[in-house]
Amino acid sequence: MLNTVTLAADIKAPSMNYEALAPMLIVFGAGCASVLVEAFAPRAARHIVQTVLTLVALIAGFVALLFVDRDGLKTAADAIAIDTTGLFLQGTILVLGLVSVLLIAERSLTPGGEFVAHAAVAPGSTDDKKLTASVYSQTEVFPLTLFAIAGMMLFVTANDLLVMFVALEVFSLPLYLLCGLARRRRLLSQEAALKYFLLGAFASAFFLYGVALMYGYAGAVDFASIHNAVQADRGDETLLLMGLAMLIIGLLFKAGLAPFHSWTPDVYQGAPTPVTAFMSACTKIAAFGGILRLLYVGFGELKDDWRPLLIGVAILTMLVGSILAVTQQDLKRLLAYSSIANAGFLLTGALAMNKEGVSSTLFYLVAYGFTTLGAFAVVMLVRDADGEATHLKRWAGLGRRSPIIAAVMTFFMLAFAGIPLTSGFTSKFAVFSAALAGDAVSPVIVGVIASMILAFPYLRLVVLMYVTEPGESGADVHVPGAFTSAALTLGVVATLLLGVAPQPLLDLAEQASQFVR
Amino acid sequence: MTPTYYLVLAAALFTIGAMGVLVRRNAIVVFMCIELMLNAVNLTLVTFSRINGTLDGQIMAFFVMVVAAAEVVIGLAIIMAIFRSRRSASVDDANLLKY
Repeated sequence: MLNTVTLAADIKAPSMNYEALAPMLIVFGAGCASVLVEAFAPRAARHIVQTVLTLVALIAGFVALLFVDRDGLKTAADAIAIDTTGLFLQGTILVLGLVSVLLIAERSLTPGGEFVAHAAVAPGSTDDKKLTASVYSQTEVFPLTLFAIAGMMLFVTANDLLVMFVALEVFSLPLYLLCGLARRRRLLSQEAALKYFLLGAFASAFFLYGVALMYGYAGAVDFASIHNAVQADRGDETLLLMGLAMLIIGLLFKAGLAPFHSWTPDVYQGAPTPVTAFMSACTKIAAFGGILRLLYVGFGELKDDWRPLLIGVAILTMLVGSILAVTQQDLKRLLAYSSIANAGFLLTGALAMNKEGVSSTLFYLVAYGFTTLGAFAVVMLVRDADGEATHLKRWAGLGRRSPIIAAVMTFFMLAFAGIPLTSGFTSKFAVFSAALAGDAVSPVIVGVIASMILAFPYLRLVVLMYVTEPGESGADVHVPGAFTSAALTLGVVATLLLGVAPQPLLDLAEQASQFVR
Repeated sequence: MTPTYYLVLAAALFTIGAMGVLVRRNAIVVFMCIELMLNAVNLTLVTFSRINGTLDGQIMAFFVMVVAAAEVVIGLAIIMAIFRSRRSASVDDANLLKY
């Protein structure tokens, strides 16, 4: 049974299609340049230099993306698949990443912005108090964000389990750090980083064991070899099923799907709000991009094995997310449970196992991303002396003091609830109809019930803002600066446009649902 | 010697690591248990490399080591930061985020 290990006598360098990799290379390169800016630029100039560098890099990456060949190709020794689905997801990550960077760079709401001045100084010490009042902040958040975005772009195009694992870590590690860098309530923020890190590393270890078992099964870890091995039914089926289960556990964790969702509310609440917004939009896209590619490209032949299980996961996720959202008193936690429930809706679309399933999931990711970024941008505006006022009680009577901001938040809540003429309705309709066409009836029934349950917490916030008398503990609404205004406007416009005229994006997503193997 | 024994040993190490993550209370020990899981994966990869007769598994083990090293940097930074603020690295003490 033992073969002699063949020695690699002549190692050929893999050919790289630099044109197809250009978007990723631009963002990775900008991340490295951004580290150099940290080292050499004077402290006062860093924030503006980093902001400009990051925004320019993301725009340049998007422009480069438009010129990539859309026929579908594999490059870097078949480790990366640049197909239309991958390009669509990369483009979405770049655009929503850009909007998140606008929120991250915002400094007009509070001196120094949302990020800590010096992460190494212990919270509550005299130095810390002095630094919190200063205008300084850790501008390392920009290179970290760039690396996270680049890692996500690599993750959604990885055609090889090893590249997928490396990309998973490349985007996760910066996120762990970003979670711990809040300027106020630093103990909560550090606790969120610790919890996210320990649980995230635990989940990646499972993913990695899945990779190893899959290597044992197929003798290689690229999706084409795995697909061929499954089709030819060779190798040990125990390894295959155990490996697949472990891979799925790792991805379910990243996507925040039950029963691996328990980190989500804590991390979303503790992390700085711009980072929470970034995670709820972009990490979700990356995770679902990975899930779609793994299940459709690598393990499509095995769908009778994993589909019933994942249908159960989708149902559980929707129920857990919607029921627990009802009981929340903190707005960031409420939005976290709402993101869990939305992950369930997304999985329902992904399980349809037809072309509409992929395209509706892609559409949902774009629509949900814009709405959730907008909602978190509003959360950033409602503040008191201690930072953001996220307790629901503090939002009472907001509609009288600040009608425009309350109206914008109401619009986002209606979109989350799936009211017609908002993107929430179109995207839910798309995933549910795709799932029905794919004979996944039970998650659709649960999905409709979960949407009805979820309407309650969303509408409760609306009632709170307009009907309830403002108490003494009401919070101030700050005037948004240029960056937050831009992010809010983009959120509102995208949510409205995708609700009123969704067809262009639906067509684009339809054309984009094409994988290469 | 059949290489299967090494697979069983790796699975046992992985399980010990996973159990450790679940039952231990000190963040550093939890983190060491995660590293144990990663190293169990390395052993699995190298063993499968021997069984399959390809070098891919050994190369993958190097990738895993590099990623694990990066993870150590991030993890210790976070645990250090939380220890400086609380004078404790127990995961039970980090209990402010709830409800």
